[in-house]
Amino acid sequence: MPTQNPAPSSAGSWNTIPDAIFNKTAYRGIIAIVLAILFWETAARLSFPVIGKIPAPSSVIASMNNLVRDTYYWESWLVSFKRVFLGFIVAQIVGIPLGLLMGIRRYFRDLTFPIIEVMRPIPPLAWVPTAVIFWPTPEMSMTFVTFLGAFFTMVLNILGGVRNIDIRYVRAARSLGSSDRDIFWRIVLPATLPSLFTGMTVGMGITWEVVVAAEMIASRSGLGFLTWKSYVAGDFPAIVIGMISIGVAGYISSSLIRYAGSRLTPWLKVI
Amino acid sequence: MSLGENRWEGKQNHKPRPGQMEVTSIFKSYGMGPLRQKVIEDCSFNLESGKLTVLIGPSGCGKTTLINILAGYETVDSGSVKIDGEPVKGPGWDRLVVFQETALFPWMTTLENVMYGHLVRRERGRKELEEEAMDLLKKVGLAEFRDKYPLQLSGGMQRRAELVRALINTPKVMMMDEPFRGLDAMTRELMQEYYVRLFEENQVTNLFVTSELEEAIFLADRLIILSNRPARVRKIITIDLPRPREFHALTSKEYLDYKREALEILHAEAMKAFAGGSRVAVADFLEAFAELGKKPEEKREASP
Repeated sequence: MPTQNPAPSSAGSWNTIPDAIFNKTAYRGIIAIVLAILFWETAARLSFPVIGKIPAPSSVIASMNNLVRDTYYWESWLVSFKRVFLGFIVAQIVGIPLGLLMGIRRYFRDLTFPIIEVMRPIPPLAWVPTAVIFWPTPEMSMTFVTFLGAFFTMVLNILGGVRNIDIRYVRAARSLGSSDRDIFWRIVLPATLPSLFTGMTVGMGITWEVVVAAEMIASRSGLGFLTWKSYVAGDFPAIVIGMISIGVAGYISSSLIRYAGSRLTPWLKVI
Repeated sequence: MSLGENRWEGKQNHKPRPGQMEVTSIFKSYGMGPLRQKVIEDCSFNLESGKLTVLIGPSGCGKTTLINILAGYETVDSGSVKIDGEPVKGPGWDRLVVFQETALFPWMTTLENVMYGHLVRRERGRKELEEEAMDLLKKVGLAEFRDKYPLQLSGGMQRRAELVRALINTPKVMMMDEPFRGLDAMTRELMQEYYVRLFEENQVTNLFVTSELEEAIFLADRLIILSNRPARVRKIITIDLPRPREFHALTSKEYLDYKREALEILHAEAMKAFAGGSRVAVADFLEAFAELGKKPEEKREASP
């Protein structure tokens, strides 16, 4: 017998955005992070080999104190977020319809799949030189590279999702009198949503990786550039702050997607 | 378990319909050239209006293919399938299938699943439809599960919800493709009893596919025994047991006679496959055969 009120599981039953970020699982994670910081501090104080060279948390926090008062730091956040989300959103706008169309139209899939499969293994960063030449502004080339990071993952996840729909759902829907439009909106689309959100989560991770690397190569702003600039300037605590900022930014981004996913696929969080 | 008034009386949307199906010498094969596999060969039978016809045959003999053809999901190589004189051209809600395992849409609640057919066909107002759906769900004991998703329901509940999803559309023919497979013995027996009541109250043409002989005889008005693959009709037995059917009928002399008759045919089928030298077919068949033979004894001990 099913439970009447399924207990909120550690993964997947968030009703609010704060729930998605601060939940039981997150608290356990925080404990681990605190322990890691303690270890790191000890390692720095006692000059452990290799790891002892990293600036101690205490000096990072001291340096953070100055940095958070600097608008430049927050601008870096904003700039990177803008690039990530712009590229990511364009990847959704182009990738979702493309993936769906490839899934439901065989002719179109046969035409496009080979191109996608050849382009996919090219790392987005290998696109940086071309992108810089092609696009009029560095900003656009950066967004383009970010877009590529999410795009292929989206297309392939959605294509896979559509292709894996149980034929019985489509048959049952046909028998019950569905038009093609009904089949698409009421069967294909909801059945694909779980893969779509898997694609989004993976894609979001890739966009952060890409944007940071691209900023180091081709930009003079953003969290990636901040980290690189601190290295060039020999400001070691700032490097660590840059790294942690990127980590936190990525975590917030994927939490947003997990949250959206759990709201839009309520049938999955019942098990 | 009372199901209340006859749902086929006084329907606003549909005139009473006979729901007679004629299957005339159909052939079906898959693959090409040397890989060509005949699945159905010269198969003919009728589904009589308002009767419960059971198709039985060893597993893998082409029963599901047959259902798919009748439902309009697959086409035949030759032969014809007609419903009330009209050729079957594709899927339609005059012939609804309850699939092996559940085909409820996981992203819809029980109520949404049940209302789906009428909603996409835009035939009736939501309020009236919801009332009827709730009435039906109440009858199968699922009223309080209206807002649960299929994954939150047990196997038996899913089957009941699926029956309701089909019934609310008042199809001319209901097709059940081994619907109780995978349920535990207890639930299965309950579902059989429940299903037979539902049929007896509504008298809609039903086609029930199974590989279990006891279930077949218990439910059937007519029993169609299929041969091993490629499927063709071996024998049609009219089961003249009294309705409403009760489980104690399984110990009556008539029941045992029917069972003996059916087993003889199935046994002859196994021998033929053996003579034909198809080892796989024989192994499959003997397994299914053993399955057919042993179930009633086990059941009889369990039932009063």
